[in-house]
Amino acid sequence: MKGQFLSSKMDIVKNGIISSNPTFRLVLGMCPTLAVTTSAFNGLGMGLAATLVLICSNALVSLLRKVIPDKVRIPAYVLIIATFVTMLEMLLKKFVPTLYSALGIYLPLIVVNCIILARAEAFASMNKVGDSILDGLGMGLGFTLALTLIGFVRELLGAGTIFKGSLGSAEFGLTLGNLPSYSLGIFVLPAGGFLTLGIIMAIINYIGQKNKEKREKEEREKLHKILEAAHSNEFSDGENNTNEEEVRA
Amino acid sequence: MAKYVVSSSPHITSKNTTQRIMLDVIIALLPATIAAFLIYGLYPIFIMVLSVGSAVLAEWLFNLITKRQQSIKDLSAIVTGMILALNLPPVVPFYVPMVGAFFAIIIVKMLFGGIGRNFANPAITARIFLVLCWAGVMTNFVKPIDLSNGMNLFSYFENIVNIHLPDAITSATPLAAIKDAIAANSNPAAGLNALDMFLGRIGGSAGEVSALAVLIGALYLLIKRVIDWKIPVIFIGSTVVFTAIFFAKSEYVGEYIWTYLLSGGLLFGACFMATDYATSPKGLLAVCIYGIGLGFLTVVFRKFGSMNGGVSFAILLMNIVTPLLEKITPRIFGVKSKWVTNCQKIKGLFQKIGKKKSEEKEAQNG
Repeated sequence: MKGQFLSSKMDIVKNGIISSNPTFRLVLGMCPTLAVTTSAFNGLGMGLAATLVLICSNALVSLLRKVIPDKVRIPAYVLIIATFVTMLEMLLKKFVPTLYSALGIYLPLIVVNCIILARAEAFASMNKVGDSILDGLGMGLGFTLALTLIGFVRELLGAGTIFKGSLGSAEFGLTLGNLPSYSLGIFVLPAGGFLTLGIIMAIINYIGQKNKEKREKEEREKLHKILEAAHSNEFSDGENNTNEEEVRA
Repeated sequence: MAKYVVSSSPHITSKNTTQRIMLDVIIALLPATIAAFLIYGLYPIFIMVLSVGSAVLAEWLFNLITKRQQSIKDLSAIVTGMILALNLPPVVPFYVPMVGAFFAIIIVKMLFGGIGRNFANPAITARIFLVLCWAGVMTNFVKPIDLSNGMNLFSYFENIVNIHLPDAITSATPLAAIKDAIAANSNPAAGLNALDMFLGRIGGSAGEVSALAVLIGALYLLIKRVIDWKIPVIFIGSTVVFTAIFFAKSEYVGEYIWTYLLSGGLLFGACFMATDYATSPKGLLAVCIYGIGLGFLTVVFRKFGSMNGGVSFAILLMNIVTPLLEKITPRIFGVKSKWVTNCQKIKGLFQKIGKKKSEEKEAQNG
């Protein structure tokens, strides 16, 4: 029973990361996805910022779900989200000014991020607090993972570096030898964002399709085996049925 | 009677195959290739070999990996490779045409479904991709080989990996000169020679410099009826008209018009790239809008854009608009146009409302 409980909670988290990944599956929040993923560090920062807001807003929306009247729920959600975004903005400005300036306008724009609003509307407003927090965590991690991946590819191809960035006075990251002078500059431009997103999404869809086909094939084979077994065992039963039908007719 | 075959439509068939048309385009590109060879030596030919080879290899590999029927025999990859090479500066590092060809074939052509399904001309999209990737490399144009001390076929080969060409061998293109003239409000034709520009003894992309060679190739395509005259003529004509309009206030309108006409990829783009079957519209009205749009955008990009050239961007943009233009199709015989059916629908709706009201009135009266 306890194991079942845990696995159902894990499913909520896993749902956000893999099967309905906000970026690659639901295709939500495309604006920050394309705009800030010029480097893996920016992608990670944006993702974590959104995750934090998502968890907090999901929790609060879930707590207030019976208080908020239906007609004014969207303004109420926006107000809740805006509160957390403002807090986050101030924190980032104080402690990680480099990330704050890199994210620019897209940080305050988390307020209208479709993922956060969508999860508030579709999940947090109908579920308990614990589940809502887990959903926020899963979705946020999925978003973070996707943004970091896109940022990693764009940074590697467009600037020839790996995870370059700075936190306070500490600088980290790797510059790949002479690569920056040969790098494909288009990948740091918006056009490169679309290219990268499209190609990664295509690969993920391809893998998903392959898995689905494999699963379906296995199920079909299983069904086939059961049917075959049933057919050979209960052949006489089938005859009886037809007889009965004839009698009825 | 045996001559007549009873079958369903289409009844008019042509012996033209994709392969035949592509072969014609390859033949038409040869004059420009030869011109590039005569002006810059063997290096552009070497680039073309790399580009064509990579394009064919990319298509072959893609078909192999995705388990499709091999399609390299239709020669379209060779055409894409050739057009891409002619679109590049004569001297670029060896990896530039390879990356460009792979991008053109795999991303622009094959991922969208192969020949005839590409949303834009692969070669022009690859060129823009390369310009945005390596702006420095793609705007380094070498001087034509100096013929006064004999023809050195292997000049420029020492720059095979050089990203930054030495200043001594680079030259400003006519378009750059014109751009400077716009800023300085001086005569754009001051340092330019019409005959040099017509023959191609100027700096510029390998295949685009020689107007003469491009026109010979285009003439071949027109005679073989591979391309229609409308798109090139409307494109070039509207470029002239819009140049005249945009530079109407300048005292050098005439100079702007002929220098714009002979510089950059205008003629090459109009004849070989804007006419791509898959990415140009068919109906007369659509073709007119397409051509005028191309001319307008070219002049706008050239005059106001941050880059010197504008033809490639204009072609890409109008390629993307083409599906919308395709909606302007001639009315199918026997089918009422959408406009008419919509009007009738609205009319019917009003009649219904009128009927209802009169019925209501009758009911009240009754």
